[in-house]
This record gives sequence, C-alpha cells and structure tokens, in this order.
Amino acid sequence: MKKEKKMKLSLPEEELMNSGHLACQGCGATLAMRYVLKALGQKVALCIPACCWSVIDGPFPYSSLDVPIFHCAFETAAVSASGVKAGLEMVGDTETTVVAWAGDGGTFDIGIQALSGVAERNDDIIYVCYDNEAYMNTGIQRSSATPYGAWTTTTPVKHFKDRPKKDMEAIMAAHRIPYIATASIGYPEDLFRKTKKAKEIKGTRFLHIYAPCPTGWKSRPEDTIKLARMVVQNATFPLYEIEWGEKYTLNIKLKEKKPIADYLKIQGRFRHLTEKEIASMQEEVDKKWQRLLSLVNSK
Amino acid sequence: MKKVIMGNHALSYGAMLGRAQVISAYPITPQTQVVELLSEMCADKTLDAKFIKVESEHSAMAACLGASLAGARTFTATSSQGLTLMHELLHWASGGRLPVVMGNINRAMAPGWSIWSDQNDSLSQRDTGWIQFYCCSNQEVLDTVIQAFKVSEKLLIPSMVVLDAFSLSHTYEVVDVPEQEKVDAYLPPFKPQIKITPDEPHAFGGLTSPEHYFELRYKLQKDMEKAPALIEETGKEYEKMFGRYLGLVDEYCCDDADIILITSGTVGSTARVAAEELRQEGIRAGNLRIKAFRPFPFETVRNIVKGAEKIAVVDRNISYGHHGMFYEEVKSALYGHNDSLPVFGFIAGLGGRDITPSTFKEITNYALKKKKPEEEIIWIGVKR
Repeated sequence: MKKEKKMKLSLPEEELMNSGHLACQGCGATLAMRYVLKALGQKVALCIPACCWSVIDGPFPYSSLDVPIFHCAFETAAVSASGVKAGLEMVGDTETTVVAWAGDGGTFDIGIQALSGVAERNDDIIYVCYDNEAYMNTGIQRSSATPYGAWTTTTPVKHFKDRPKKDMEAIMAAHRIPYIATASIGYPEDLFRKTKKAKEIKGTRFLHIYAPCPTGWKSRPEDTIKLARMVVQNATFPLYEIEWGEKYTLNIKLKEKKPIADYLKIQGRFRHLTEKEIASMQEEVDKKWQRLLSLVNSK
Repeated sequence: MKKVIMGNHALSYGAMLGRAQVISAYPITPQTQVVELLSEMCADKTLDAKFIKVESEHSAMAACLGASLAGARTFTATSSQGLTLMHELLHWASGGRLPVVMGNINRAMAPGWSIWSDQNDSLSQRDTGWIQFYCCSNQEVLDTVIQAFKVSEKLLIPSMVVLDAFSLSHTYEVVDVPEQEKVDAYLPPFKPQIKITPDEPHAFGGLTSPEHYFELRYKLQKDMEKAPALIEETGKEYEKMFGRYLGLVDEYCCDDADIILITSGTVGSTARVAAEELRQEGIRAGNLRIKAFRPFPFETVRNIVKGAEKIAVVDRNISYGHHGMFYEEVKSALYGHNDSLPVFGFIAGLGGRDITPSTFKEITNYALKKKKPEEEIIWIGVKR
C-alpha cells in the first residue's frame, strides 16, 4: 500500500480569527489580519481606528478575533498603541505585543501626525497599515494612498486621481525606525516571516500590507489573490524591507518584470485609462523600480 | 511639609502623590511648568511613571486613553487651544469609561491670540461627560487632583481640575504637601475590573447599534448622578486625614446675606474681599464659589441661596447667543423651586481683564438698585 503523504503547511493551522466577521467577499484586509495573527500569536493587543476593520470585527457585543481590541479614534491608532503599551508595562505586562492596525486613510492621511510622533520616539509597537488604496469603509473616496489614474467616488472618471500614491515607506524610513516592510496578502509566507521578524524587534516597526478590495476596485472577488501577486510581479508594489532607515533588502526578486497593463485591465477603477495614460504610468513604475534597486544596491 | 509653589507645580505634586503611572502631555502656555516638573520627577524616579512626550494634545489624550484602558493611572495637563484640540477624545474618555485626570489652565480662546484667563476653553467642554472642578488656591489644586483620582476611578468617569491662567498657574503660595504614606492610605491603587489584556480578550468601543448605545449613555448619566454625594464623601474623608474639606461648593457669609455673589475659580477670593468691605459699609454680601461645575450641585446651590434677596452670578465666560454659563446653571437650579428670587447675570474679565474688588462692588450696587434683571447680560468693564 502506498504511504499517505501529508501536505507540508507553510503557515500554522491555528486561527485567531473566526468566521462570522462582516467583510465583503474577496476582502484582502481579512486575509492580512488572519496571517498577521498567525505570526504574532495570542499575546497581542490591537488598536483599531475607524477603518473597514472596525466594522469587519463585528458589532458590540461580538468580536471575530480571539485577541483584545481597543477601537480608538480615527487619527490615533499609533499613539493609542503607545499608550496601551506604556499602560501594560506599568501594570506588569511586558510581553504583550501591541499592534496599531489601520487602513490607508488612517495611516497616510489623518493618522500620519500621531504615527510620525510614535516613530520619532521609537515607541515599542508594531504599526500595520492594510492598504486598499482608498476610503473603502465610507464608500470608496480617494486617499493619499490611491494610485495615479484610479477612479474613486471623489475622483470621478472625468477627473481621476492625478497625483501619485504617497511614498509612505520613504516617510517612515526618514524616521530611522528599526524595521519597515512591505508585504502582500498574495505572498503569505513572506508576510508571515516579516511579521515574525517584526515581533522580535524592539521599537517602532511598520508593516505595509497590500490588501485588494473588490468592492472599491471593481474587481472580481476571485481575483483578489491574483491582483495581490500581479502588483508585486509588475513592481507596482515591490516587497522589501528597510532596517534603521538605511539598509534596503528586496525580498521578491523579479526575473521578468511584468507590464502593468494586465493588472490594470482587471480592475474597473482603471477602466477609463487610455493606452497613452497607461504607457506613462508604466514609465513611472519603471522609474520607481530603478530608484528602489539603487537603494537596495547602495549598501 | 509646607512648600511655596506655583499653581502649576501644585498639579504636578498632585499627580506625583497620586502615583500617576502614565503621563502624556504636550506643552502650551500657561501650562508648561506642570509637565516640566513631571518630566523631572519621572527622570529622577521621584515618580515611577512613563512619560510619553507626544506631538500634540490630541495624541496626549489618546495615549492616556490607551494607558488607562490597560489599567494604569493616567494624568495629563493642558490649556485652551490644547484642550479644544482634545475635544473629540474627551468624549472618548467618558464614553469609554476611562478615569483619566487632567489639569486644565483656563486660558482664553484665539483669535486674537490670548494667553490670559477666561473659562471658555473648559466650559465649552461642558457636555463631554467629564467631572469639572474649578479651584481657588494652589492648595486646593493639589488636594483636588488626589481627590479626583479617587472619585474618577470609583465612577469610571474622567475629571478635569481647572485653574486660572497666571492668577493661579504662575502664582506662588504656601502649600501643605501631604506625606506620601498618608495619600496612599487615602487613595488605593487603580484596579479596574475590565481592561485590555490578552488573558481575557474583549473588544472595547466597537460598532454599537441603537439596540445598545442608549443604555451605555444612560449608565454614564446614572453614574454621574452619583458624583455629588461621592465628592462630598471623599471630601470629608480627605478632611479627616488632611484637615481640609473638599466639597462641591465653598461658601462665605451666605447665611445672613441679602445678596450672594456667585463665582468660580480665583475670582472667588476677590469676591470675598469685596464682600468683607461691603459688610463694613452695611451691605450684607456673601460669596458662593461653585467648585464642581459638572456634576452641577443643584441642590446645594438651592439650599445655600434660600434666604438671599438677590443673586449676582459673575461669569468669566460666555455662550454666544445665550448667557454666561454659570448664570444659566444657577437659574436652572432655582427654576420651579425659588422662581421669585432675582438672579442677575454679569459677564466680566474675558481674555484676562482684571476682576477686582471694585468690580464686585459695582456689580452689587447694580443688583441692589434694580428690582429684577432688565438685561439678559450685564456687561461689566467692557469698553463700548
């Protein structure tokens, strides 16, 4: 008789996120939470400001997570986490990892001041931004994380987003914090490893997770993982780490950089773009990629 | 031990003796000495606390909320623009039932820029669900911070200890600084029943439907209604241990007074000097200083003014399109109980203009001359 071979799992089976949450179909943000909690384990306290996740978790008195949550004010995720950390330490708990868990609006826009303060002080927290590239919880309004060319309800097709996505990694690197990483829910093992690594570091750690949103991007729920892989393979959202604001490491090297057109084509938010516009966006991606490679190689 | 200290340092000593565990603050004139001294205390370990030196008052309060939720005793201090920047999070503190204690130095709101005293900063936080104490001396500031921790932690409602810019914040007075052991005996450590911990995961402050929200607010009000009795009880306990009573109000010669001057903050001591002088002139004046603005001591006020013929409320604040805010409260306290008692509403001293004993004499003479108030607001000392 043939010996049964069990598939080797690349992530732990244990779940800290339960079914019954309120996310849309194909939500990238839920996968981000699931993977991050798998890496951090149960000794965690989350600070969640206004964002999709303040709804996804479930209404009072329910919660879909097996870790405690402080639902905090929109612009305060980072510093609420600093407060929780300081408070826990003063009552004798030095072990719990305190995590600020915010969307792109709460990070790139309204929360950037408090985040900058936390990073400058190097407060001992992990800050996770799950990035779905617009204010999705309020119904798809542009944020400063919305990419050039995208439709949102406040950047209508006739006047689509005409400025590039804010370079959050560069801003965080300028704070000289110990650890910054980009990750994508399309690369769970990479995300898992980075979260584990972040957990072991003391000080401010910043994880930026790419999390597709079928509702806001007008993409098919079943394309979420595909999009989260394509965005890395076409270098729109490269996966890399920055240590102490200086040491850049590229994690997913690209033998062949894919064109962005295929990635744009399966998202309704880019449907209005002309070939000329796509060509100029491609140029921008190429330039940014070269800039990153030079940072990676300049050690 | 007796020390000569400024009002701001009285706040710092209060926080130190109260064994605040997490302090988070941002500097603003005229509050800075509060946090300077606390920084030193934390640095030299006189106080075993973490001091989070944030980039704004908004973050100062946010950090306090996080720390309080983790079960730590928290303190901050601010003033004026800083307090109003915190406004959103003041609601968060009371709604989250987090007993933060905060010192606020009353400073007028910009524009134009002013660093001088008036009460529009703290009084415009009236409906945020905070207990508010208005102090008259540096001793009272220090004592009240300690009492505020006790009251707040019992009710899970945050407290604001308010003092006037410069006339208290920067004025040096002799203050009896109590011994730490005695304060420890008065104020036990903060031990909340529920807090944020992975050992017992809860979600705090999540989406709350109309099914539940109403009851949470009802409970907050019900607990706020317990505050007057608790303030008196803890004030008496404080008197037993330290010899100083800390009540809802403070009265001076109100028993036989024909006219009672109602004030708040340091203006109270000025009113007393005026009342004394008026008594020498044969006018029986008294002063009722209201210390607790929230919860408002309706019953206490009603009882004290019972025998008076006239009431003059002096407000260093204004609700635009309405009246002075203490005037409103006093009228509301009397409504249906003592409707025939004439209550005059004066506004004086906005933006730090001096309120002197002669201001009170002018007010008294005005009120004595009229049978009842003829104007909604009687302006004192305004140039027009």
